[in-house]
Amino acid sequence: MTAIDPNLRTTKTTCPYCGVGCGVLATPDGKGGAAIAGDPDHPANFGRLCSKGSALGETVGLESRLLYPMIRCKGVLERVAWSDALDHVAHRMQHIVARDGADAVAFYLSGQLLTEDYYVANKLMKGFVGTANVDTNSRLCMSSSVAGHRRAFGADTVPGCYEDLDQADLLVFVGSNAAWCHPVLFQRMVKNRGERGARMIVIDPRRTDTASDVDLFLGLKPGTDTALFSGLFVHLADNGALDQDYIAENTSGFDDALARARNIAGSVAATALATGLSEQDVAAFFKMFRDTEKVVTLYSQGVNQSAQGTDKVNAILNCHLATGRIGKPGASPFSLTGQPNAMGGREVGGLANMLAAHMGFTPPDIDRVRRFWKAPRIATHEGLKAVQLFEAINRGEVKALWVMGTNPAVSLPDADFVREALKKLELFVVSENVLSNDTVEAGPHVLLPALAWGEKSGTVTNSERRISRQRSFLPAPGEARPDWWILSETAKRLGFGDSFNYKSAADIFREHAALSAFENDGGRDFDIGALTSLSDDAFDALKPVQWPVREGGTPGERFFAQGGFFTNDGKGRFIAPEVPTLRGETGPSRPLRLNTGRIRDQWHTMTRTGLSQRLGAHLPEPFVEIHPDDAGKYGIAHDGYARITTDYGQCILKAVVSEGQQRGALFVPIHWSAMNASHGRVGALVQSFTDPFSGQPESKATPAAIAPYEFVFRGFALSRKQLDLPQNLLWTRVTVTGGFGYLFADNADLSRWPAWLESVAGEDVAEYRDFGGGVYRAASFAGDRIETCLFVGPAHDAGDWEVVKSLFVADQVTDDQRRMLLSGKSSEGAASTGPIVCACFGVGRGTICDTITGGARTAAEIGAKLKAGTNCGSCIPELKRLIATTEVVPAKQKVASAAG
Amino acid sequence: MSEPLVIVGNGMAAARLVDELAKTALGRYAVAVIGEEPRLAYNRVLLSSVLAGETGSHEIELRPADWWRHRGVTVRYGYRVTEIDTGRRELKIAGEESMEYSKLVLATGSTPLRLNVPGADLAGVHTFRDTRDVDLLLTLAAAKKRVVVVGGGLLGLEAAYGLAKAGAPVTLLHLMDRLMERQLDAPAADLLKTLVERKGIRILLNASTARIHGDGQVEAVELADGSRIEADAVIFAAGIKPNVALAKEAGIAVNRGVVVNDVMQTSSSDIFALGECAEHRGTCYGLVEPAYEQARVLARHLAGRPAGYQGSVVSTNLKVSGVSVFSAGDFMGGEGSESLVLSDRRRGTYKKLVIADGRLTGAVLIGDTVDALWYLELIRNRDKVAAIRTDMMFGRALVQPSKAA
Repeated sequence: MTAIDPNLRTTKTTCPYCGVGCGVLATPDGKGGAAIAGDPDHPANFGRLCSKGSALGETVGLESRLLYPMIRCKGVLERVAWSDALDHVAHRMQHIVARDGADAVAFYLSGQLLTEDYYVANKLMKGFVGTANVDTNSRLCMSSSVAGHRRAFGADTVPGCYEDLDQADLLVFVGSNAAWCHPVLFQRMVKNRGERGARMIVIDPRRTDTASDVDLFLGLKPGTDTALFSGLFVHLADNGALDQDYIAENTSGFDDALARARNIAGSVAATALATGLSEQDVAAFFKMFRDTEKVVTLYSQGVNQSAQGTDKVNAILNCHLATGRIGKPGASPFSLTGQPNAMGGREVGGLANMLAAHMGFTPPDIDRVRRFWKAPRIATHEGLKAVQLFEAINRGEVKALWVMGTNPAVSLPDADFVREALKKLELFVVSENVLSNDTVEAGPHVLLPALAWGEKSGTVTNSERRISRQRSFLPAPGEARPDWWILSETAKRLGFGDSFNYKSAADIFREHAALSAFENDGGRDFDIGALTSLSDDAFDALKPVQWPVREGGTPGERFFAQGGFFTNDGKGRFIAPEVPTLRGETGPSRPLRLNTGRIRDQWHTMTRTGLSQRLGAHLPEPFVEIHPDDAGKYGIAHDGYARITTDYGQCILKAVVSEGQQRGALFVPIHWSAMNASHGRVGALVQSFTDPFSGQPESKATPAAIAPYEFVFRGFALSRKQLDLPQNLLWTRVTVTGGFGYLFADNADLSRWPAWLESVAGEDVAEYRDFGGGVYRAASFAGDRIETCLFVGPAHDAGDWEVVKSLFVADQVTDDQRRMLLSGKSSEGAASTGPIVCACFGVGRGTICDTITGGARTAAEIGAKLKAGTNCGSCIPELKRLIATTEVVPAKQKVASAAG
Repeated sequence: MSEPLVIVGNGMAAARLVDELAKTALGRYAVAVIGEEPRLAYNRVLLSSVLAGETGSHEIELRPADWWRHRGVTVRYGYRVTEIDTGRRELKIAGEESMEYSKLVLATGSTPLRLNVPGADLAGVHTFRDTRDVDLLLTLAAAKKRVVVVGGGLLGLEAAYGLAKAGAPVTLLHLMDRLMERQLDAPAADLLKTLVERKGIRILLNASTARIHGDGQVEAVELADGSRIEADAVIFAAGIKPNVALAKEAGIAVNRGVVVNDVMQTSSSDIFALGECAEHRGTCYGLVEPAYEQARVLARHLAGRPAGYQGSVVSTNLKVSGVSVFSAGDFMGGEGSESLVLSDRRRGTYKKLVIADGRLTGAVLIGDTVDALWYLELIRNRDKVAAIRTDMMFGRALVQPSKAA
């Protein structure tokens, strides 16, 4: 971490990663970076941060930033003045709307945007341009939860809060790897277990780190969650576990839903059959759920990212409604959102099937919003949801697209299709932080520099409906501007200046708050009317606050314990789900199901976390996880390469053979793009079937084939600057301290490397050649510092990346280190510290194993010695695995393998 | 009564033979050493260090007088043997009485070659072989005389380095296109040239000496291409010839050197030869290491033990001109061999290992010679190196960490 200059003020802000919404204390170092710490006063994290949050200070540099507006002239992007860029955007939009109608233009927004940015974008399009073609990457994230909530509750309401996680006696994780994806909340729950004895159940086709140490793991077949919760519903009904009073007073649709549940999984045996689980496990789960009053069911992308995601959500909600376990302390369903401001986006209505402020496209809602906004051309029907939007672009129906703060060319399913579709646009505008990502490379006509985290100011809402301030602590770089400013300026040029005359984020927030309370007599859940009159200073000082914050009302932390749903009749609805079936058929040529997800230390498409050397160290390369039996069946070797083929695209990835993976299923992380990996654009593999209610794509079950892919050579390069590697190479770029790392595999002749090195290296070069042994290594120096080094070797032995990296980061290498550098081994003869396990403190696997060998038998003992696992705790499951596996490996064997 | 064993020559081979005999055949022979040089045996390899002022002349003595005395060895230095009478088993010594022997060992060494070019006999033309030469060269250097060294082999480089270090402006001429062509491949020789040039020595390759100009005293050297190098002195260091005159006159079989069999025996059964004067299986070695191996074999043979010399894997492991240089075996790496090369010019390092048939067969090291002896051992033992191939370039310490520790 960076040293803190006492003259620089510490700013309280909010982390820009997942939906936990942790409070962060940021102290600028005066050199463009910042020291980062958890905010002990923030109710989401009480001072804790995860690995990603802790590394935020490493990601605020300006090296890769877009700093001024650019317009494409004759194929080349050229710097232009803001006024010219905005004139151009407004003029082109106007032209297209006039010619083809408002529905020919669209915005694609992001859960990264602040509420105020979202609000202005949504208002401009839905109220003034006159189209609801405003969708967001939240569509890929939690739109099934939104749809499920709206079906059951009449509104997109998260009934519970984080305190429930401290108070529950049973925590059921469904399709959630919270240990990696929501580490701070997960540690809070681990604490509950440690102190109160809460039990944990994980329901997931993968045995993730969340499942490594739980009371019950249910490794169900992909897509069968609905069957499991239908079975549970039936079991609760048949075993006297229903809350009859609650059902009678507060709900509707019980009988139909139960009948459907019986149809889907009418018994323990039928549930076991449908889910592929043992009857014993199913029964154990049912009993634990039945007998525990205080149960929280947490669900995340495993539930949402599905063509039946909405049904899954409702199958879960049915069980909580049926037992009255909703909105009560320690008892509630709980959607864990993936993005920092997915909730804020939902609140303003930044989804194509929402209008504004949790209002939809009903005539009274449309009329109310029209009057509030004084909107001349309010949208009267839903717009295109993400996947359909890009299909419409491909068909030429949508001709203008403005992408803000997201990377659809990577993250959408069938991403290669998306990338091609973008080329058909007449007007393609991107508001971004970064100078290059796959979307920026897809040929936008206008690039607009937006403020990044640390520079922008406004609010975000986390998974428990808590609004927190993101505050700026760094100056705006170059000509970057807030997104709301960019949108307002465009609105003025479109002739809507009177309605977009915002001076500050506070202005916008007040209007947003006023809309939430406008003609809201308690009929709408989202109401922050009490914040309408915040002064600018009060907005600046706003403490984290949970909604609803009704004018004159008492703040309520939870919803629905006594009913009070937002449906027309005020009753919660039981929903009868469809019989679960996965979209997309497996068959002889596509025998496997491809699951996608996140890894611990990266975020989305890595445009930010990819800048951190610490975060790049845990799992540096894109990979595919496969069960040992499948690996044997398809000839896949651990640490070898494999080609994954679907009907949509191909990737070549490192193979990780793991018992945690289910037979018949593959897992690949989503983070890599064409910017940082040659063959790792996982989005290109994913099918684009969507949920009929939420429009969320089936991202976790694409039929796929796997085959081994052989490389003769492997290697890596480290350099102070970005490198242009030779053609026809499989590579992954990783940020390392002091430069860039490249891991690669190659089938071309070794002899191409010396010439390549010569083209990138200076005068002072050291070189090692054993072409007969398939080895070429070289390093170039400037003074005593390594500038570039290159290690190429046979596939099984390419040199130790960790050792070389540790020498590379040093500002100078000693003569002895230089003498040994090209050996790829530590000059001390000691084994390297290995890949980083604890990203917070940079502790390597080798060091941890040594400590275990030295007698540390628990994660706490390792923590006491090495600090590993004592910050965010997300590596604790891995520490435990290492304790379990290191036991049987005597120290001697390690030396032998290090020497061999 | 011990048998009289006489060693002619009191160089490094003689000293080692006495040492070995003292271990294996103590008391069996009455050993006498007769040598022309007017001092006890010294380490000839270090002469260039003496010239360079890095070592004192007295410090290079191999053994003190006591050592010889304690082993009962009669050392007669400053005496020249003029004839061997094989029939009477007797040596004639210039200005002295004859000396009888029962066994005779020739360790007469070699003499620097003088090029057969016009002017080679001018005053100021010297060689570099013994301490007397060193004294003379030091005088030249002290007077800042411009010196041309002819010969870019080991000896020439050492002479040039010593002279330069002692203060003389030195030009080194080498007939071939690279230095030390018998020990180094082109990249190694090129690096060596750079490193030697850094020490202020001018080096001309492909330089064929045509004649030496001067009126009684050296004034310049003319090359075949017509160019002239002004010089006050010329040092010939372009090869040696074994000293075989004594043997030849005694009717002992002589080829280039004195021909010996595997127990170092000449065609005359009581007469043996070793070191630079000897020729074993067609090879005359110009290095210390084979002489030492031969001394060990000969001592065992003279002690009546089974012994046999199979020839030496030639290696050069020297500080040449202040640069560590090692070369052994098939350092060029011909057909069917593979080369591993590590080069780092700024560190002044070049290492090449030649592998053939899964074995290390040759090595060249410049700059970093820490592992030279280990490589030599691997070459000599003909061990398979597949298991250590990936690490062997970086040293024994990496391959066998426990042994190094």
